[in-house]
Amino acid sequence: MAENVIEVKEVEKTYYRDRMPIPVLRGLSLAVPEGDFVALMGPSGSGKTTLLNLIAGIDRPDKGRIIVAGTDLGTLPEGQLAKWRSRHIGFVFQFYNLLPVLTASGNVELPLLLTKLSKKERRDHVRAALELVGLGDRMSHSPRQLSGGQEQRVAIARALVTDPTVIVADEPTGDLDKQSATEILDLLGRLNKEFHKTVVMVTHDPRAAERARVVHHLDKGELD
Amino acid sequence: MNILRLVFLNALRHKLRTALTIMGIAVAVLAFGLLRTVIGAWYTGVASAAPDRLVSRSKISITFTLPIAQKEKIARVPGVEGVTFGTWFGGVYKDPKNFFAQVAIEGPVTFAFFPEILVDPEAVKTFGAERNAAIVGSALAERFGWKVGDTVRLVGTIYPGDWDFVIRGIYRGRDEATDVGTFYFNWNTIEQRMAQESPGRMGQIGWWIIKIDDPARAATISKAVDTEFDNSSDETLTETEAAFQQSFVAMAGTIIVSLQIISVLIVGVILLVAANTMAMTARERLSEYAVLKTLGFGAGHILGLIAGESLMIAGLGGVLGVLLLFPAVEGVAQGLKAWFPAFPVDPATFVLAAVAAFVVGALAAVFPAWRAMKVSIVDGLRRID
Repeated sequence: MAENVIEVKEVEKTYYRDRMPIPVLRGLSLAVPEGDFVALMGPSGSGKTTLLNLIAGIDRPDKGRIIVAGTDLGTLPEGQLAKWRSRHIGFVFQFYNLLPVLTASGNVELPLLLTKLSKKERRDHVRAALELVGLGDRMSHSPRQLSGGQEQRVAIARALVTDPTVIVADEPTGDLDKQSATEILDLLGRLNKEFHKTVVMVTHDPRAAERARVVHHLDKGELD
Repeated sequence: MNILRLVFLNALRHKLRTALTIMGIAVAVLAFGLLRTVIGAWYTGVASAAPDRLVSRSKISITFTLPIAQKEKIARVPGVEGVTFGTWFGGVYKDPKNFFAQVAIEGPVTFAFFPEILVDPEAVKTFGAERNAAIVGSALAERFGWKVGDTVRLVGTIYPGDWDFVIRGIYRGRDEATDVGTFYFNWNTIEQRMAQESPGRMGQIGWWIIKIDDPARAATISKAVDTEFDNSSDETLTETEAAFQQSFVAMAGTIIVSLQIISVLIVGVILLVAANTMAMTARERLSEYAVLKTLGFGAGHILGLIAGESLMIAGLGGVLGVLLLFPAVEGVAQGLKAWFPAFPVDPATFVLAAVAAFVVGALAAVFPAWRAMKVSIVDGLRRID
């Protein structure tokens, strides 16, 4: 049996709106084995994106521990946590979040600027990532020259170009038409099956969740 | 692709806004440089003063005259090599707005006290021989289109009446700082008219010009000159030529201080312009900075992106402003020729303009960068689910 690459232990998280506490996660625990494909489902406000953010190390819990790729994220100061993210996490956003001033290759190259790779090595990695997502011929296109599905594929190429341990995807098909959504889900499935990437995906879409090996339902900050 | 390229592309994202900001900074740097140059022009006379020349004037005020009889006593003071004098005429040429300095001098001998005034020896000889001869500065001749042989009529204000002079020479300056805007004529011209019209005003001069043998003894010699006339009805105040010129600058002290304050305020205006642009820029891109942070970029990278863009915009504005400074100074120099003999752009002005642009670029980035670094990734992405 594969080792757990993600361990969430008794995590609590509360947000405040106008000083009003809004508990989002209430003592939640979760384990994800390496190479798994997990979908997190639940109604709005159930805490699924918060959980995803905590796993990705872009937010911190109020209580509990989060261990990803063998590192207890609570022990890392901000600077080291940023470095850790660049090494271990590939993040796919619902609205792609590509930089509009950069081309597709420029966007994919961004995470590689934090590595010690040479310019040529970076270029080779970018080409490989874009070819993997089927956009080898769109390297010099700017985001506004691409369709939504193509933009999301560029975002996936950006997420995987550093060969991260875990790919986290927040509603990756939420802004796409059915055809594009299918292509993106196929791509995530392929990354999981062929490249053994651990994928954690937040989604509202039951058809998207069907692609996952495990589906967790969250409600009011707790797993069903 | 590298971070610098991203800085460059970001700066070009809103081309009009960036261009307007660069132009705003350029205009402010230009105004800053112009004001600095005008302030510097005020001090040109001080900077070009000869260390071996003293100026002695009435202790009461420069507007009070001194008796010519003091000359022999001054000449006998140890350390004094020569004495001559000048007198302010204050005439009007055609229109009061055509202001320029008119100085009645002892004669050709006075030019020997001023080696920085370059004039044809033949013209000086003629100047001594003709009662109504005048020698004028090259800038003045150029300003009014005068040439040798022209007759110039001045209407006296201190010495009433019409005064006709024939230009017998045009002098140039040894260096850029030399005043080439003065109208010199023989003091005897005034003296002879006063003999006929106002004998009580005869034998009066404006100030003494004293050449000394040792600039290091300027203070001692000045004191000795003044001591000669202590407790007389015509007490003197003797000082170095630089101090004398400085006293004129001091008269315009309020104006100069005002200009200095305005020049500092202009730097403040540049700062606000640039800070406004950077604040808008950073606010619009908070979600992009959050994405970059998600990818692993640290606070230093975010600071570099914002500060780099701010410095680039301020730097371009600064360079453009400095480039525009040269033609602007030339234009202003033409307009203020009557008031300032020279209008040199001090190299320190370039350094200060560059420093101002750098400081503005850096400070304008402080708040936006601080805000962008402080905002959490989650808040930057604006999604809580």
